[in-house]
Amino acid sequence: MFSWYYIEGILIQSCYTLLIVLGLSILTGYTGMFSFGHAGFVCIGAYVSVICTMSFGLPYVCSLLIAGLVSMLLGAALGKITLNLKGDYFCIATLGVGEAIRLIFNNLQLSWTVRGKTFLLDGAKGIASIPLYTTFRKSLVIVVIFLTATALLMNSKHGRNMLAVREDELAAQMSGINTFRSKMLAMCMSALYAGIAGGMLAHYFGYLQPKMFLMTKSTEYTIMVIFGGMGSITGSVLGTVLLCALPELLRAVGDWRLVFYGLAVIVIMIVRPKGLMGGKELPVGKLFRALGRLLSGKKNGSPPDGGAAPGEEAQA
Amino acid sequence: MNLQYFLQQLVNGICLGGMYALMSVGYSLVYSIMNFSNFAHGGVIMVGAYVGYFALTALHVPFLPAFLLCGLGSGLLAILIERLVYSPLRKRHAPSLYFIISAMGASIFLENFVIATIDGTPRNYPTLFANSISLGGLSLGVDSVLMIIVSAISLLVLMFIIQKTKIGLAIRACSYNEKAGTLMGINSSLVIFVVFLMGGILAGFAGMLYGMRFIVKPTIGQVTNKSFVAAVFGGLGSLPGAIVGSLLLGVMEIFVASFNSNLRDLFVYALLILVLVIKPSGLMGKVVEDKA
Repeated sequence: MFSWYYIEGILIQSCYTLLIVLGLSILTGYTGMFSFGHAGFVCIGAYVSVICTMSFGLPYVCSLLIAGLVSMLLGAALGKITLNLKGDYFCIATLGVGEAIRLIFNNLQLSWTVRGKTFLLDGAKGIASIPLYTTFRKSLVIVVIFLTATALLMNSKHGRNMLAVREDELAAQMSGINTFRSKMLAMCMSALYAGIAGGMLAHYFGYLQPKMFLMTKSTEYTIMVIFGGMGSITGSVLGTVLLCALPELLRAVGDWRLVFYGLAVIVIMIVRPKGLMGGKELPVGKLFRALGRLLSGKKNGSPPDGGAAPGEEAQA
Repeated sequence: MNLQYFLQQLVNGICLGGMYALMSVGYSLVYSIMNFSNFAHGGVIMVGAYVGYFALTALHVPFLPAFLLCGLGSGLLAILIERLVYSPLRKRHAPSLYFIISAMGASIFLENFVIATIDGTPRNYPTLFANSISLGGLSLGVDSVLMIIVSAISLLVLMFIIQKTKIGLAIRACSYNEKAGTLMGINSSLVIFVVFLMGGILAGFAGMLYGMRFIVKPTIGQVTNKSFVAAVFGGLGSLPGAIVGSLLLGVMEIFVASFNSNLRDLFVYALLILVLVIKPSGLMGKVVEDKA
């Protein structure tokens, strides 16, 4: 019924969306700051990585890293000027920045020549025939690396500082936490993730247009974080996989997908504001150990096959 | 740029600014009482525009009844959103970020509900006023004159209600301090009801004016977001600020557009970032303090 090509597409999309959502989870779920402009960071990452591979002939991984770094620098600059804003004003600022980035790329007309190859940035028309470097295996490796990194970060001192900032910024400050630094770290990390995911997105679709990064995209990412549960990594994974793959499989839903999104957000905010996981983590470690015991008991100590795949099943 | 061209653009700017003002007072009213940005307002404006479209094309009513129907439809919708979406949060004393998320959810819901039930194609209003007035060398379309007059009257009525009536006094009291207002015997639920009703009615009017001038489509958010920028520019929570900010933004946007029409949206968002960096409380807004 479904060809592998089709399923692979969904899986790749889930992977890079998961990367964005993970980054946003650090900012929103753990530090309590809402961004309505994350699509802007994804946009920057996508464009930078495409310029790297198509114009300068850099390898894929290298272009992703540069994309992430550029996006992170932008995040740092934005953080520098907006992180001290109170209340709604931070998310209004991210809204403005996200839209501004998209509009800049919408109007940018540039062309330059490197080693005899001319590269053209043509505003709203975008870029076509981007090499399709993003495969499922590569994206899975990247996502697993960043999942681990996020888990390590959140269990470190910095992660706990972020949680303290989310719960009560004033109290956190009183207990000697440099709240600005914590917020800045969260901002930079989430911009880095979004930039790298942007590069993956561009090299998966094969074309790039500024209108792929509308504000609705940013809100969709935020919704995934909220849906999965703020302050929970496994929650983010769950939220992304559910909201990303499920509508793809149920194509008949079509236009009603986003209606359901909106409704789900309202209902979650009323009934269970902490989301699916409610700030808790699925006991992934326990599941692994249980699985290991099960397998070793049945197959007499043969190692579990394919480290990542059972993990995915355990989480989903 | 000669004087006539300048004046023509100025009138266009005021016309656009008046429409923004009708939208942005809705954002500001809600912010002044409940301290959150009601992003669902954009959806309410959009539904108003659709009510006007169907009143004109399916019911064949003349301009004025259609206009009032828009106000009624949007007002009811705004109240409905308040009852179903915000009031449960309000009872729980949820932090304002939850309100913003819910507002975003409601806005996504409204936009896509219209796409799913009607469709996403842009629609044109039937031409209502084709002729134009010639005034001292300027050629003004009747619709733009009407837009300016209608916006001015609606805003004056709103200011009258806020400044001179008893409920207006209650609204002003609650915008200073809701808790103290409630202790003084103000029914804060009623105040919130009235605020959403008034914001909704003006949103409906704005939606109809928008539809007359441009096209009706579900993804109207580009415009409503700009009116939100106008509210921030004038100072969130301040009504005169919203009106002044909208007029200024409308005029500036038209002049930027006459210089290079591709840059108008970019200019608006650049202005937003600039305002937030230099003076987040805007032209006339109250200074927000972190309530611990």
